[in-house]
Amino acid sequence: MLKYVFLTASAITLAAGLILPAPAQQAKPHATALPQSLKSVEDFAGIADQRQRSLALFQEIGKVVTHPRCVNCHPRGDSPLQGDDGHLHQPPVQRGEADFGVAGMHCNTCHGTQNVAFLAKPGSIPGHEPWMLAPKTMAWEGKSLGEICTQLKDPARNGNRSLAEIQDHMANDGLVGWGWHPGPGRTPVPGTQKQFGELVKAWIDSGAACPAG
Amino acid sequence: MTIDFTVNGRPVSVDAEPDTPLLWVLRDELRLTGTKFGCGIAQCGACTVHLDGQPRRSCITPIETVAGSAVTTIEGLSGKEAEVVQDAWRALDVPQCGYCQSGQVMSAVALLQEVPKPSDDDIDGAMAGNICRCATYVRIRQAIHDAAGKLEG
Repeated sequence: MLKYVFLTASAITLAAGLILPAPAQQAKPHATALPQSLKSVEDFAGIADQRQRSLALFQEIGKVVTHPRCVNCHPRGDSPLQGDDGHLHQPPVQRGEADFGVAGMHCNTCHGTQNVAFLAKPGSIPGHEPWMLAPKTMAWEGKSLGEICTQLKDPARNGNRSLAEIQDHMANDGLVGWGWHPGPGRTPVPGTQKQFGELVKAWIDSGAACPAG
Repeated sequence: MTIDFTVNGRPVSVDAEPDTPLLWVLRDELRLTGTKFGCGIAQCGACTVHLDGQPRRSCITPIETVAGSAVTTIEGLSGKEAEVVQDAWRALDVPQCGYCQSGQVMSAVALLQEVPKPSDDDIDGAMAGNICRCATYVRIRQAIHDAAGKLEG
């Protein structure tokens, strides 16, 4: 039944001669450079100097916060990014005042409450409730790890969160957690959200040191 | 599974696999063929319907997520925004081949329901996900402005 419907729909498309833009790329030119695993807090226990341990922990946290699954929704501009190469979102949607798209084209015009596998081709459209961009003040795109670290600790640029609230957000927020379950066609963030939350807690407990630069 | 929802104000009960796209249910089960299949990956906007009053790409909407919701298709579009949009579309002969136009109209009406007097930027933002291979974009934009003018009048 479903195959019949798909064939029918495909035939309609061909008959109409629709010329569509290239679908959102799944190309992963940097995929081999993306981290595949996340160390645990215990792996840093041997660093006796607390500040050095804190810096090392944040380097590990950086594997997550600089990952395309995170940065693509923390853009510096008015468009989300897509793919492991961080290309501009297609269709060319806009951020909007509430970081949720613009009138008539809000994020949930396409993004539902869950990832949805395409039936017409491989891949999926990502989804979660809510689905939205991080505010511009929380942009990570193009920033060094040190800059992201300083920003994370700045209430003016972290949603007025305390470090404890930052840790809770990282460890338990559902949209953050989506990064580990991004659906077919996307590289997940390394490790688990639980591991990540533990790393963030250990970083905070060790003084929340930030790398230079 | 059985999914209950309304289409154009009419209660419907559909027996379908949970991941069946709403578009396929509309076209092949309910025979509402005004909503079109274009790409199947939410890139073209031809399949746009209103789900609980908001525009939604039906090709990537699993039917299980529609339970209890109100779906409006081009066949059931009504209200003052719909009337002025349809009038403006006719007056300017907006469609060329017409294939994408039901999606264009659904998006245009949704925009006017939220922003009664949209700027060019508002229109470009709202219509960014609706592709027209005949490139009727200039007429679409003008028709939306004309429709907005009639809403005011």
